[in-house]
Amino acid sequence: MSRQTNRGTESKKMYWYLPFISPTASMHLMNSELFTLTYGALVTQLCKDYENDEDVNKQLEKMGYNIGVRLIEDFLARSSIGRCHDFRETADVIAKVAFKMYLGITPTITNWSPAGDEFSLILENNPLVDFVELPDNHSTLVYSNLLCGVLRGALEMVQMAVDVKFAQDTLKGDSVTEIRMKFIRRIEDNLPAGEE
Amino acid sequence: MNKQDMADEALFLLLHNEVISCVYKAGGDQGDAENGKCITKLENMGFRVGQGLIERFTKDTARFKDELDIMKFVCKDFWTTVFKKQIDNLRTNHQGIYVLQDNKFRLITQMSAGKQYLEHAPKYLAFSCGLIRGGLSNLGIKSIVTAEVSVMPACKFQVMIQKL
Repeated sequence: MSRQTNRGTESKKMYWYLPFISPTASMHLMNSELFTLTYGALVTQLCKDYENDEDVNKQLEKMGYNIGVRLIEDFLARSSIGRCHDFRETADVIAKVAFKMYLGITPTITNWSPAGDEFSLILENNPLVDFVELPDNHSTLVYSNLLCGVLRGALEMVQMAVDVKFAQDTLKGDSVTEIRMKFIRRIEDNLPAGEE
Repeated sequence: MNKQDMADEALFLLLHNEVISCVYKAGGDQGDAENGKCITKLENMGFRVGQGLIERFTKDTARFKDELDIMKFVCKDFWTTVFKKQIDNLRTNHQGIYVLQDNKFRLITQMSAGKQYLEHAPKYLAFSCGLIRGGLSNLGIKSIVTAEVSVMPACKFQVMIQKL
């Protein structure tokens, strides 16, 4: 009897699984260096096109946003994840499923604000910066700013307005890369009638 | 290659689309000259990426015998690592012109399976042309690479070797 109940609670705890390790998921895998290098070429080009780093940061964020808006559909279709009940669950899904799926890394979640509306993702090795060295004259460039845009865009599509920015960056001499996420509000409008 | 080296292709495909629309937005739609500039820009980005990739892919391979050997490497190993399939057909006139045919080119498979959107195809091939040119350039071959599509998603890359 007791064993039965145990099993029951265990299965309830499993909110999601990793599509990454399923045999069909390997279909979607590709060489990450292609992505890293292409991203590098893009940043290089933007640095040539725009005069100051601020504009480059803005452009990267905007492009990330456009990617995120589309990426969320791919993500929801391929993972079996439903609606998150709170921001903590969202954080878990982002770090353990989404990052793992798309970049092959699992950031750690830390520094929760007491209200539970703010947390940090600590990236040990950011794949975007694999072969990168920032020259001195680009000190205000946020190299991986695309990621912020991706996170913001994807979350906006699931009715969450979130503020995302880099708090620390290994490229700038910090010991880790830290992305700070702050929940702003739930986006209520545009829900189709009759849907939760 | 271990799992750490793998990323999800959705990310690359979306980034590639975004790069194209970004380059084109900056350039505007003012005629052929502007269009040419955008294509060049995309091609140059591809070139740089191709250089980087080939450097990493060839670090453990044996020295190549000749030009044809290099082209075969590009069609098989390079293409497989980048686009997950081999080039379907390689033809050459033995005078420096090679035609690489891919019947199901990854970057345009999701756009169309016929003649629809054919006029947009060049944008989506420029980067890959650069990729080939960059790769060859780092293997000591100077070339001009162009692409042509008659029915998507098949496309042909023509490589013209520049004799020094």
